[in-house]
Amino acid sequence: MTVIGQTPVELLLGCTAVLFGLSMLSITVGRRLATPLVYGGCLLVCLAGLAIALGHLLGATGGDSTAILPLGLPWVGARFRLDALASVFLVVVNLGAAAASLYAIGYGRHEPEPRRVLPFYPAFLAAMNLVILADDAFSFLVAWEVMSLSSWALVMAHHREADNRRAGYIYLVMASFGALCLLLAFGLLAGPGGGYSFDAMRAQASPPVLSALVLSLVVLGAGSKAGLVPLHVWLPLAHPAAPSHVSALMSGVMTKVAVYAFVRIVFDLLGPPSPWWSLLILTLGGVTTVLGILYALMQTDLKRMLAYSTVENVGIIFIGLGLGLAFKAQHMSWAAALAVTAALFHVFNHSLFKSLLFFGAGAVQGATGERDMERLGGLIGRMPQTALAFLVGCVAISALPPLNGFASEWLAFQAILLSPQLQAPALKIMVPAVGALLALAAALTAAAFVRTYGIAFLGRPRSATAETARETDRWSLAAMFLLATLCLLAGVLPGLVIDALAPAVGGLVGAHMPNQMAQPWLSIVPVAQSRSSYNGLLVLVFITASASLAAFAIHRLASRAVRRAPAWDGGYPEMSPATQYTAGSFAQPIRRVFASIVFRARDEVTMPPPGDLAPARFRLELHDPVWETLYAPIAGAVGYVADRLNHLQFLTIRVYLSLVFLALVGLLLVLAVWI
Amino acid sequence: MDLIGLLAIQGAQMLLVLLLAPLLTGFVRKVKARLLRRRGPPLLQPYRDLLRLTRKEVVLADNASWLFRVAPYLIFAATWVAAALVPTFATGLMFSWSADLIAIIALLGSARFFLALAGMDVGTSFGGIGSSREVMIASLAEPAMIMIVFSLALLAGSTQLSTVAAYMLSSNVGVRVTLALALVALIMVAIAENARIPIDNPATHLELTMIHEAMVLEYSGRHLAVLELAAALKLLLYVSLIACVFVPLGLAPVGAGAAAHLVGLLVYLAKLAVAGFLLALFETAVAKMRVFRVPDFLGAALMLGLLGTLLLFVSRGGLR
Repeated sequence: MTVIGQTPVELLLGCTAVLFGLSMLSITVGRRLATPLVYGGCLLVCLAGLAIALGHLLGATGGDSTAILPLGLPWVGARFRLDALASVFLVVVNLGAAAASLYAIGYGRHEPEPRRVLPFYPAFLAAMNLVILADDAFSFLVAWEVMSLSSWALVMAHHREADNRRAGYIYLVMASFGALCLLLAFGLLAGPGGGYSFDAMRAQASPPVLSALVLSLVVLGAGSKAGLVPLHVWLPLAHPAAPSHVSALMSGVMTKVAVYAFVRIVFDLLGPPSPWWSLLILTLGGVTTVLGILYALMQTDLKRMLAYSTVENVGIIFIGLGLGLAFKAQHMSWAAALAVTAALFHVFNHSLFKSLLFFGAGAVQGATGERDMERLGGLIGRMPQTALAFLVGCVAISALPPLNGFASEWLAFQAILLSPQLQAPALKIMVPAVGALLALAAALTAAAFVRTYGIAFLGRPRSATAETARETDRWSLAAMFLLATLCLLAGVLPGLVIDALAPAVGGLVGAHMPNQMAQPWLSIVPVAQSRSSYNGLLVLVFITASASLAAFAIHRLASRAVRRAPAWDGGYPEMSPATQYTAGSFAQPIRRVFASIVFRARDEVTMPPPGDLAPARFRLELHDPVWETLYAPIAGAVGYVADRLNHLQFLTIRVYLSLVFLALVGLLLVLAVWI
Repeated sequence: MDLIGLLAIQGAQMLLVLLLAPLLTGFVRKVKARLLRRRGPPLLQPYRDLLRLTRKEVVLADNASWLFRVAPYLIFAATWVAAALVPTFATGLMFSWSADLIAIIALLGSARFFLALAGMDVGTSFGGIGSSREVMIASLAEPAMIMIVFSLALLAGSTQLSTVAAYMLSSNVGVRVTLALALVALIMVAIAENARIPIDNPATHLELTMIHEAMVLEYSGRHLAVLELAAALKLLLYVSLIACVFVPLGLAPVGAGAAAHLVGLLVYLAKLAVAGFLLALFETAVAKMRVFRVPDFLGAALMLGLLGTLLLFVSRGGLR
């Protein structure tokens, strides 16, 4: 495909250049004009990028589109390539970015300090595009770092709140750590010859030890960006701290760029996998899913809860990828195709519904100034349209048919059902356990989103600001309903998405799922129709038909009278909104079942003796197992060493000179032994 | 068989489950009453209750939202569609390929999702208590159910319920440990999902012990009728599921004649009667357990299901 004489990759690079230009422009333009200009411009550019990527993916041109710019390392240049995998992820990135820009045209007007957001926002979008287009290690890492730094700047947009500063600091540390791991991984992949282009890495076969090392480094590097447990700690702090449209991008899109990095290196560059790789990935994925959603159930901050749910979904994606690796290692490419398709489908789905949910949370925050669920309630009457869109997001993320979340989880379950054919004994025990964890996580997700929606949008308002909330602006609503519609479409016509993913999956594992649009009645089939099939469209039609039939029959034949009256509530209605269930009390049974082990949760109720008028007190104690066992000791050790080394600052020049001399001798000794 | 025949079977099945569901509920109530040496309500009482409720006006709480009014129909529709896809008297269901066993579980999950939301809509404490306990129970019952589905699907080579039933009808099943584990787990899940004793008491009048009833406490009139019918359908669905997977006797195969279908129908009625009697017997024999004993009960179901699946993974080369 060539438009106006340019290849697609050149056009996409042009898009990123325009984005960087917008970034510069935002500094020079006046305050009032800047917000609509930047977001409007980003919207148009991202739509263009979306069209180009989609055109390349569906156009079936076959060939990859490449470009080499005279930047970067002199003997490599900056190489860029658009292949099927890259176009899938570019569609995800640009679709999410376009929706976020549309949303921000309205939402961005509430921004108190737009100068702290506007210059970094287009740069962030451009960097994510470049990471996916990069075809050599140098440009990849530069783009990766620009992505990290611009998103860090966006996290620090509201830097006057101490929590945000802490979030920014932890994010910066984790991002540097992740980038270091990726740098080392690319160094090992390039080998002593220094072949930094991806083509050279593909051509070179690494010995098993080296591959294992690269895999571990990639898990650390890409996994820390994606939010794999135990590397997730920065994510629930940093994502909610940013303005809501940026939160949506970080959660819905940037984590997918990290997944891209993992897929690109492990499936594409690293050569044939060993069976144990999948064991590592499946373990991490399973633990991440369940822990992520359990964390989410314990949160009362709306945006933080959504961020933890992102952790869970990243776990689901990695379960799919892990299964894909296991099948690929056994040369069962048709099964690997199913597992990888499930993962990529979930990548797409999660970018849709998580952006939608963050937009909804942003609208709630804009209308009430609250992020704490315990101070919300009753918003369905005051913000009916936001409530409807948010409900669609909740149903979709809870993997309920006929929306899109169910379609990808269904594929993941089907992939698990193929795995008894795997030979490795460890996998035979691991895979059913992962299946159980996935099912547990799906049920807990539904619980978590019933809780979120029920507390924030249903019931009676728990604060004055929730009572007087007003519906959000039209731009934001348009973005939310756009994503809600896409959630529904991808759910009832999953075959379209699966077929679009086929070229990318084929490139990764050498096979793809059967052609879905050729199936009768638009069903989807994982392997063959005799095994299993699912038809979202028919399920939707059946549900709509039977619900309307029931409503029609009853209204027509029986009664349609309605009388409004005070709530019944077992005969003892209590008017104070404080008597409703809260987010904390709703989660109490689940806390008692699961979290008493995982988080060492303790409820403590102090009742005053009879006759005493003091209020009863309730105290909840939760421990974060990951932070306390992993990060707190590391932070402690660093602090301890820093304290010990502190007195090195106050020595005399004599001692310094002898220290330098000793260091020199030491280094020479090391060299002498080494050579 | 031609398209019209298939459509007729599918349509008959949809009507049949709708018509039989209140009867099963009434039968269980009657048997329970007789076991307690009471006379009990007449068998047809559930139908009369439903009719009376539909004719009454709806008394809606002042702050009830549109979700509260739409939810009963959604819950009913999801349950009905799920129930229509479980073979009752014949395996050749026309639309059985549109949703497999996983999708049927997920449809019931959708119904529960909206029921739990409806419980929280008015903002009463009893609604909250019901919803919060319901999702806790579901968080264990659903994975247990998925594990049971895994066991069945690995044996039959398909998650399609028609195929599973056909496989269980065939002669090469034999006695398998996995099937026994799956049966026990499925019965435990079915009891929990249908809010029966010992998990929940469908006849309770004490709000603090309610789970299902607490969520629908604010409903009245036609909304309540639709929800009651959905609950009855769910009970019928689970009984049909257990019957078609573990006692597939008499199911009319694809393309069988009218006689086979008639036999299938009679056998199905007999199965319902036996299952209803056993349920009533069990409910009379055991006491309701405390809410926080429920996780142990369902955790056991989950472990049984997982164990059954693990056995299959370890012992076999897998599906072909």
